[in-house]
Amino acid sequence: MATDPATPAHARRSRSSLGPFGVLSHLALLVWAILIVGPILWTFLASFKTNAEIFGDAITLPSSFGWEAWGRAWAKAHIGQYMLNTVFVVACSTAGTMLLGSMAAYVLARYSFPGNRAIYFLFVSGMTFPVFLALVPLFFVVKNLGLIDTHLGVILVYIAYSLPFTVFFLSAFFKTLPTSVAEAAMMDGCSHTRTFFQIMVPMARPGLISITIFNILGQWNQYLLPIVLLSGNVEDKWLITQGVANISTSAGYEADWPGLFAALSMAIIPVMIVYIIFQRQIQSGLTSGAVK
Amino acid sequence: MRHGRYPFIVGFLAAPVLLYVVFVVSPYIQAFYIAVTNWKGISANPQFIGLENFSRLLDDEIFWAAVRHHGVLLLVMPLVTIVIALFFSFLLNLSGGQRGGRMTGIWGSKVYRVIFFMPQVLAVAIVGVLFQAIYRPDGTGVINGLLGKVGIEPVGWLIDPDIALLAIIGVMVWQAVGFYVVLFSAGMSSIPKDVFEAAALDGAGRFTLFFRITIPLLWDTMQVAWVYLGIAAFDAFALVQVLSVDRGGPDNATTVLPMEIWRTAFNFSKFGYASAMGVALFFMTITFAALTLRVTRRERIEF
Repeated sequence: MATDPATPAHARRSRSSLGPFGVLSHLALLVWAILIVGPILWTFLASFKTNAEIFGDAITLPSSFGWEAWGRAWAKAHIGQYMLNTVFVVACSTAGTMLLGSMAAYVLARYSFPGNRAIYFLFVSGMTFPVFLALVPLFFVVKNLGLIDTHLGVILVYIAYSLPFTVFFLSAFFKTLPTSVAEAAMMDGCSHTRTFFQIMVPMARPGLISITIFNILGQWNQYLLPIVLLSGNVEDKWLITQGVANISTSAGYEADWPGLFAALSMAIIPVMIVYIIFQRQIQSGLTSGAVK
Repeated sequence: MRHGRYPFIVGFLAAPVLLYVVFVVSPYIQAFYIAVTNWKGISANPQFIGLENFSRLLDDEIFWAAVRHHGVLLLVMPLVTIVIALFFSFLLNLSGGQRGGRMTGIWGSKVYRVIFFMPQVLAVAIVGVLFQAIYRPDGTGVINGLLGKVGIEPVGWLIDPDIALLAIIGVMVWQAVGFYVVLFSAGMSSIPKDVFEAAALDGAGRFTLFFRITIPLLWDTMQVAWVYLGIAAFDAFALVQVLSVDRGGPDNATTVLPMEIWRTAFNFSKFGYASAMGVALFFMTITFAALTLRVTRRERIEF
């Protein structure tokens, strides 16, 4: 046993995790974990409290667990409506972003033609401009096209503003794929379009998945564009972030605080469930942008 | 092979380029023009007024308050986030000692990583609403409720102008740390293990490993983190709009340029002036990114 190389290393490891450094490390990590989970858990619990309980001691459990506030938030505060709107908008805009983004990225990565670099840099430079600079003209462009206060307008704008990063990331990805498979397909008489959809897209799957996750989360969490593009009297078209932020201002007037926390929980829980299921892909999808 | 090449290229590029030019490129170009006009209100006729909007900006107290807040954000937020994230990613990845010749993380590091990253998937606007209840200024707020248990007077987190901005920075750090823990962890796992082995053989302790080996080898990743966080410090719109008192208050103590651009354009309908602020914001962001990349440039360590 003494010659087993694993033994001393193991001994060292367990000693270190019992030592003062190990205890302090665990303590620091645990404190941060509580800081993260605490507010979210508190919100969830507050949705079961009554107004009186919410304006009493903050550090107590609700006296009973009923779902009335959740029902009110879903129906009366239209959280259900906002959620469906957001699912619809994000489904369309992410699908559009991925389709148009991968088409553009593929052509820019694999075909040389005059103007290729110019178009590529046009797309990529979009990543460096703050969206606030474009805000005023964007509002009027969408308005003049008759798309203000419509979901179509939001979808098109989401796609357009997701293109720079999508094209940047995917064209780098398409460049890493081997050329021989596509060439063989073309030899056999496969058209350019079919080569792309039936050969290149399946080969690019890992990259496409990362960037899809990135776009879904980014568009789901968007706040600025909805409040600018759906700013008219169109509450039935609002998206979830906009809806929840609005409830938080009106909760004071209507004195329905449990309803606010129920609405907040409803906005958080689906995202949490998706995150916990796909946490590996989400972590790599979101950080892939930074590791170029 | 050549057959149908150009129709294909045009067919694939037409829709994305059109969409991009209409909704992204043209607004950016128009913004620079609108910034030199006195466009107010929906129906009014904008006139060219040269740099008047910019000279008015120089005398605008709220503008300077916003710029100062970006300065504070830029100094405090990235620094605090990176220090906390570096510390945690070191604990999670390298502090568990060695096993089978490999540096290992602390026990339970996977669970911690999942929890730390969690706020990153929540919308900033949702986080803003969440923290309204946490920061409430009396005993009904979560933090003040806890402080009350140990006999500390409630703190007016968001209503005290002196600490409101720091309270908002706290939320930004709360949300960002997990992302950078994952980012730095990826960086640390790409450092070859023989570097740590060699250092450990030479008797390097944990602190030497951290300061003399890990940080220099992570320099590239940290530079990326700094640029990302810096750009986030020029935004902060959703959080300020949702969380702060009176959208940028109390008394403009937390306002930021994006907040003022939005308000000037869509509440006061001063489109020319709002665009001038946008141009100012653009130049600040670009200057910051260029400066950071230049100042922090170091020789790349290849392995």
